[in-house]
Amino acid sequence: MTMNSLARKHEPRRVIPKEERAATSAMIASLAAEGYDTVSAPFGHALAEAARKDDRIVGLTADLGKYTDLHIFAQAMPERFYQMGMAEQVLVSAAAGMAREGFLPFATTYAVFAARRAYDFIAMAIAEENLPVKIVCALPGLTTGYGPSHQATEDLAIFRGLPNMTIIDPCDACDIAGMVPQLVAHPGPVYSRLLRGKVPSVLTRHKPDYKFQLGKAQLIREGADVLVVSTGFMTMRALDAAVALERDGIGVAVLHCPTIKPLDTATILAEAGKSGRLVVTAENHTKVGGLGEAVAGTLLSNGVTPSFRMIGLPDDFLEAGALPTLHDMYGLSVAKVAEQIRGWL
Amino acid sequence: MTEQSRVAALSNVSLERRAWNIRRKALLMGEVQGQGYIGQALGIADVLAASYFHALDYRAEDPEWEGRDRYLLSIGHYAIALYAVLMEAGILPEEELETYGMDDSRMPMSGMASYTPGMEITGGSLGQGLGIAVGMALGLKRKRNPAFVYNLMSDGELGEGSTWEAAMSGAHHKLDNLICLVDFNDQQADGKSTEMLCSEPLGDKWAAFGWHVQRVDGNDLAAVVEAFDAARAADHVGPRVIIFDTTMCKGVPFLEAREITHFVRVEADEWSKALAVLDEGKPA
Repeated sequence: MTMNSLARKHEPRRVIPKEERAATSAMIASLAAEGYDTVSAPFGHALAEAARKDDRIVGLTADLGKYTDLHIFAQAMPERFYQMGMAEQVLVSAAAGMAREGFLPFATTYAVFAARRAYDFIAMAIAEENLPVKIVCALPGLTTGYGPSHQATEDLAIFRGLPNMTIIDPCDACDIAGMVPQLVAHPGPVYSRLLRGKVPSVLTRHKPDYKFQLGKAQLIREGADVLVVSTGFMTMRALDAAVALERDGIGVAVLHCPTIKPLDTATILAEAGKSGRLVVTAENHTKVGGLGEAVAGTLLSNGVTPSFRMIGLPDDFLEAGALPTLHDMYGLSVAKVAEQIRGWL
Repeated sequence: MTEQSRVAALSNVSLERRAWNIRRKALLMGEVQGQGYIGQALGIADVLAASYFHALDYRAEDPEWEGRDRYLLSIGHYAIALYAVLMEAGILPEEELETYGMDDSRMPMSGMASYTPGMEITGGSLGQGLGIAVGMALGLKRKRNPAFVYNLMSDGELGEGSTWEAAMSGAHHKLDNLICLVDFNDQQADGKSTEMLCSEPLGDKWAAFGWHVQRVDGNDLAAVVEAFDAARAADHVGPRVIIFDTTMCKGVPFLEAREITHFVRVEADEWSKALAVLDEGKPA
C-alpha cells in the first residue's frame, strides 16, 4: 500500500484552481522532455521496417497494440499481426510456440503484466528454452501516474534473475529504432522496456555519432568530478542535470548503459576505475535489484571502490498523480538529480 | 491415413501389444528409480499407443522432421510414459532405459525439450502446454504446413486459468490443426481432482469455448482410436479436444485397487510382482 495516501485517505482535498493546475495529469502517457525533438512511435516503425527484410518476424499483443506502438506494424503488415486479447499468459506461450516453429515473435504488453502475470510462462516456455522471443513492454518504472497497478518499478529486478534473458532499458527514440534490428539479430530471448508515443530524441543531441549497440555502455559526455552510470530515460535526466551542474563548475560524465544484462562490466570498470570521481547510478526502477546494485556488485567484485551513490525509486508502492510531480517526489526529475549529486559532493 | 498408420497396418504388432509394451517399459523404469509416476503411465498407455501407432505422423529416424505432427507433453511428470512410447517407436534407444532419472541421462524425471529427442517442449509447470500449442498451431498455419499439434494434458491442469486463456485463443483463431488430449484420471497431488477444483461438466465447458468435444474411455483402445480418427476428420472450424477417462495403474490390478493418489507408492518388492501380473495379461 502507499503509506502516505493511506494515512490521508479520509482527509478532504481542495480543488486546485484552473489557473494553478499543472499542464499535465496522470492521463498523459508520453514522457515529458523539454527542449528535445520527438519521434512518433519509433518502435512500431522500426519493427515494420525490420519485418520487410525478415519474413520470420511476427507481432503479438495482449490488447495493447495501440499503447505499445505495435499498431504501426499491424497496419503495415496485418497478416503478420496477432491480437491475442487480454491474456498475457497465452500471449507469451503462443509467442514461444511460434518461435518453436521458426518465427521471430515480438510480443508486447505493459511491463507490469509481463513481469508479474506472465513471469512463469516467460521463464519456462521462453527463457529456459532460450527461444528468440522479444518481449517489448511499455510503461516501464515510473512512467505513468496510475499507481502501482501500472507502475513496473521492479521489472528489471525480476528479469535480471532469469538466466538467458537479455534486458534492455532504452533512453530515447534513437535507442529504440537502433535496437530493433539488433534484437532481430540476437539469437536469444529479450526483455526490453519501451517508451511509446512521442518519444524524445536525446542521445544524438549530446553525442551526434551515437548509435545503440546491444551489450555496450557508451560514454555520452565527459566530466571530471562525477561519473553517472545511467539507463533508460534517466540518461536523459542525467545529461540535463550535467548541463545544469556544469554551470556550477561541476563536471559530470554520463555513461549510458541501455543493456542491463549482460552488463558491460569492462566499460563500467574502466570508467569507474578512473580515480577521484564520485560514481552515481541512475535508474527508473526500485533501487532493489536494478542497475545500481548490478554496478555496485561489479565494482566490489573487481576491487574498484570509488565513492558510490544510487539514484532510483524507493522500495515502496508509489503514489498516483501527475508524472512531473511524481518524478520530483521520487528524485527522478532533472532538478532532483542535480540536487542529489550536489549534496553528495 | 498417416505415414505411421500405414506402417502400423503393415506391422503384425497389435495396438494392444504396443500398450502392453509401454506399460512394461514404464514399470522397468520405475523399478530403476524405485519410484515414479507409474500410476499415470499405466493409465495413459493406451492413449499413447494409439497416438504413436495409429494417429501421429512422424519419422523415428528424424524426430525433428518438419512434416511431423507435434506432440506436446504439458504434464512433464508423465515423462516416464512418453519415454516408454518413444522407445517403443524407435525414437529413443531401448538400451538407455535403465538410465531413467540418473545423472547424465537423456530421460530426466520431468520432461524437458533440451534433453530428449522427441520431447517437443519443457512441461511440468502445469498449464503451459496448451498455450504453446496454440502458438505452434498458428505457426504451422502461417507456414501452410498441414501437420497437427497435439497437447497432452491432465485434468489437474484444468484448474490453471492459463488453460482457459489458451482454449479461448485456440477457438478464436479457428485452429482446426490443434487437438488437445485430456487425461481425466481424477487424481491430483492432494486427492481427487473433482474434489480439489471441479472442472465438470467438462465437455460442456470445452464446447462452450468453441471446441469439438469427445469424451471416451481412455482405456478402451478401440474407442480411443475412433476418437483420434473423429478428431482429425471432424467437420468443425476450430480446435478439437478428446477427454479420456482413464484408470490410474491400469493393467496391474493390485495397484489399481490401492488407495491411489498422484504419486503411487510401490514397495521395493512390488515392482517384480507388478511385472509378473502384467506378464500374465500379455497380448498377442
